[in-house]
Amino acid sequence: MSPVARVQSWLDERFGWAELIAPLKHKTVPHHKLSYWYFLGGITLFLFVIQVTTGILLLLYYRPSANEAFESVQYISTQVRFGWLVRSIHSWSANLMIFTAFAHMFSVLFLRAYRKPRELTWLSGALLLFLALGFGFSGYLLPWNTLAFFATKVGTEVAGQVPVIGPWVMMFLRGGPDVTGATLTRFFGFHVAVLPGITTVLLGLHLALVQRFGISVPPRVENQWECRLNERQEMKFFPNFLLRELMAWYTALAALAVLAALFPWGLGTKADPFAPAPAGIKPEWYFLFAFQTLKLIPAKVLSIDGEVLGVLAFGAAGALWLILPLVEPKRRAGGYRAVMAFGIVAVTYIASMTVYGYLAK
Amino acid sequence: MKRTLMGSTVRLNWTPGMQHTFPVRLASLFFLLLVPVALGQTRNTCLDCHSALDDPLKLTAEEFAANIHAQKGLTCASCHGGDPTSDDNAMNPKAGFRGHIDRKQIPELCGKCHSDAAYIRQYNPSLRTDQLSQYRTSVHGKKLAAGDAHVAVCTDCHSVHNIRPASDVRSSVNPLNIATTCSHCHADANYMKAYGIPTVQFADYSKSVHHEAMAVRGDLSAPTCTTCHGNHGAAPPGVATVKNVCSTCHVYQSQLFEQSPHKAAFESAGLPGCVTCHSNHAIMHPNDQMVSTEEHSICTTCHIEGDAGLVAATGIHDHLRDLELRITRSKQILDRAAESGMEVGQAQLDLIQAADALTKARVAVHGFRPDKVAQEVAAGQAVTAKTYKAGTEALRERNYRRLGLSISLLVIGATLIGLRLWIREIEN
Repeated sequence: MSPVARVQSWLDERFGWAELIAPLKHKTVPHHKLSYWYFLGGITLFLFVIQVTTGILLLLYYRPSANEAFESVQYISTQVRFGWLVRSIHSWSANLMIFTAFAHMFSVLFLRAYRKPRELTWLSGALLLFLALGFGFSGYLLPWNTLAFFATKVGTEVAGQVPVIGPWVMMFLRGGPDVTGATLTRFFGFHVAVLPGITTVLLGLHLALVQRFGISVPPRVENQWECRLNERQEMKFFPNFLLRELMAWYTALAALAVLAALFPWGLGTKADPFAPAPAGIKPEWYFLFAFQTLKLIPAKVLSIDGEVLGVLAFGAAGALWLILPLVEPKRRAGGYRAVMAFGIVAVTYIASMTVYGYLAK
Repeated sequence: MKRTLMGSTVRLNWTPGMQHTFPVRLASLFFLLLVPVALGQTRNTCLDCHSALDDPLKLTAEEFAANIHAQKGLTCASCHGGDPTSDDNAMNPKAGFRGHIDRKQIPELCGKCHSDAAYIRQYNPSLRTDQLSQYRTSVHGKKLAAGDAHVAVCTDCHSVHNIRPASDVRSSVNPLNIATTCSHCHADANYMKAYGIPTVQFADYSKSVHHEAMAVRGDLSAPTCTTCHGNHGAAPPGVATVKNVCSTCHVYQSQLFEQSPHKAAFESAGLPGCVTCHSNHAIMHPNDQMVSTEEHSICTTCHIEGDAGLVAATGIHDHLRDLELRITRSKQILDRAAESGMEVGQAQLDLIQAADALTKARVAVHGFRPDKVAQEVAAGQAVTAKTYKAGTEALRERNYRRLGLSISLLVIGATLIGLRLWIREIEN
C-alpha cells in the first residue's frame, strides 16, 4: 500500500473520509457557454482567503491607536521584510474582492440564478457584499492618513443623516462627536473581530446553500436543453471544475502580484485632525457613485433636506436589492423583465456615476 | 410722563391708568416710531447742495457715509465749520464756516483732533497721536513749513472725503496700496522735476522681491515705501543708517555683516551697507552667482582677479553650488523612487533639513567667510548623503521587487499551462 493510500485508509477508519468526499466525487457542474461566470464567486472567495491571511500578518505589527497607527503602517511598509508586499496585497486584494463581488452579484442577477429555490443564496450573498463594503470602510481608516481621516469624517456624517437613528449611528461609529482615536479603535474592532465573525457565519451559509441547491442553469440554456436533450452538458466538480477554478485563482493571483509589485499601495501623510480637509477629497471607488449622487442632490427637495433624501433613497434601493427574488412578478410571463431592467439601470447608474465622480472636481 | 428713548428724554402723551381709546393708541404708536428716526438722523444741508454740484465740489451722501469720520459721527462742519443743520447758517462765517481749507493748514487742522490723545481715545484708543509731530520732522513737513505747498499733506495720502481706516483694503494707505499712493507724486517726472529726485522708485519696487511678497503672495508684513522711509515722518534713510532699516527684518544678516571685513571697507569707501550689493528699490531674489566670478557677480564690481576677496567669493560660491547640486540629485532620485510607488516619505522629509542648511549657508554669506559657509554646508551635505543613499536603496529595492514579480509570473504562467494540459488530458 502506498503512503498516500495508507493515510487515506487511516482517515477513513476514523472519520469515514471516503463517505465524506463521496458527494464531491459525484457532484457535477453544468457546462455551457456562460459557465465562465461561475468562476467569479470562487475568485471572490479566493481573494477573501488572501484578505484573511494577509490581515493576520499585518496584525503582527499594526497598532490601533491614533498615535501609533500611521507609524506602525509606515514601519510595516519600510522596515518589515516583505511587509510592503503583504500590505500592498491586502489593499489591492480588498479592492479586487469588492469588484469581483459586484461582478458576481450582477452575473447572478442577469443569469437569473436568484430564482426559487435560491432566494436565500441571493440574500446571503447580497449581505456578504454589504459586509465587504463595511470591511472596506472600516479598513480604510486604519492607516490613519489624511485621506482616510477625512473620508471617514464624510462617511460617518452621511450615516448621521439617517432620520431618527442617524445621530445615534454616527455617535456609535465615531465613539464620540468627532472622528478621533476612539473611532480608529472601534473601526479596528469592527474590521478584525465583528465583521469577520459575521462574515464567516454568512459565508458558511452561502456556501452550504450553493452545495445544497447546486449551480443554477440560465433559463434560456435550460429551455434549449429541454428541447434537445443531447445538448445537455455537465462536468465533474472534482477534478474538472476545480482545476478550472484553480486556473481562475492563479490568474487572479497573477493580477494581484502585478498590481502589488508595480503599484505598491501608498501611505500618504499622517492624519492631522486640526488641518483643513484637502481639496477635492473623494472616497474609495466603490462608494464614489453614492458620494457623487449626494453631491448632486440639491440642498432642499420639496422642503426635505437633500442629503436625508439621498440617504433614504440609497437605503430603500439597498433593501429592495436584498429582497429582489421575492418581489419579482411571477404571475405573468416575462415578469422577470422588470428585475432585469432594474439591474441594467443599477449597473449603468453605478458605472456612470463612478466615472463622473472621478472626472468631477 | 417722561420716558428715556435712545439716550434722550421725551414726553409721552399718556399716563398710567389713562383709558386708551384706539385713536390715542394709534397716535402714540406713530409718535414712538417717529422719535427714534428723528433722533438718529442729524440734518446735513451741505450734502443737499453738494450732492447736486459738479466735481470737484460734488459729494454724495453715500460717498460721505463711507468715510470713517462720518461713521464715527463727525460731519462736514467738523472740518469746514458752519452749521449744516440750518439752511441759513450752513455757510455763515459767523457760525464758524471756513469753506475751502488751504493746503498749508491741513496738517494742523487734522492734528487738532489727531494729536489730542484724550479726544482720539473716545473713538480708537490704540490709534497713535504723534502723526503731526512726526510729519513736522519729515521732508514733506519741513518743506511745507518752508512754504512749499506742493509737498504731500495728510489729504494727499489719505484722500479728502473718502478716508478709510488703513486696515481697509480699499484705503489708499492700506499696505497693498501704499506704493501706488506714493507713486502718484514720486513717479511723476514733471512733479518731481523741481526737487531733482529720481522717479523710478515705483517701477523698481514693482520688480522687487518685496513687491512680489506683498502683491503676489499677499504678505502684508512685506516692506512697502513706508516700512523703510516711515509714513508720517517720511524721509530717505542716509548712507550711514540704511543698514539699520534693512536689519529691522534681516536681523541675522545684519549681525554677520557687522562682524565682516566689509563693514570697515564700506565705511571707508563711503558705501552704504546692504544696498551696495542688493540695491534699494529694485531688490531682486538673491542668487549664488552674485557671490562668484561669473557673469552676474557683484563681487567683481570692487574685487579684481586674484585678490583675497575674489578667492573667498569663489570658495563661498563653490560651497553653495555643491550643496545645491547634492539636494537636486537627492530630490531627483527620491522623486523617481516615489513615482515607482516606493515609500521614501521619511527621506523626503529629511531633505527639507538640507534645504534649511542651504538657506543658513546663504545667510552666512553676509559674514564673507568661506569657513563659516562651509560649516553650514557640511550639515546639509551630511543630510543629502543619507537621503541619496535612501533613494538609491529604494530604487534597488524596486528592481528587486520587479525581478521577484517576473519570477512569480513565470511560475504562475507555468502552473496555468500545467493545469490546462492536465484538464485536457483528463477530458481526452
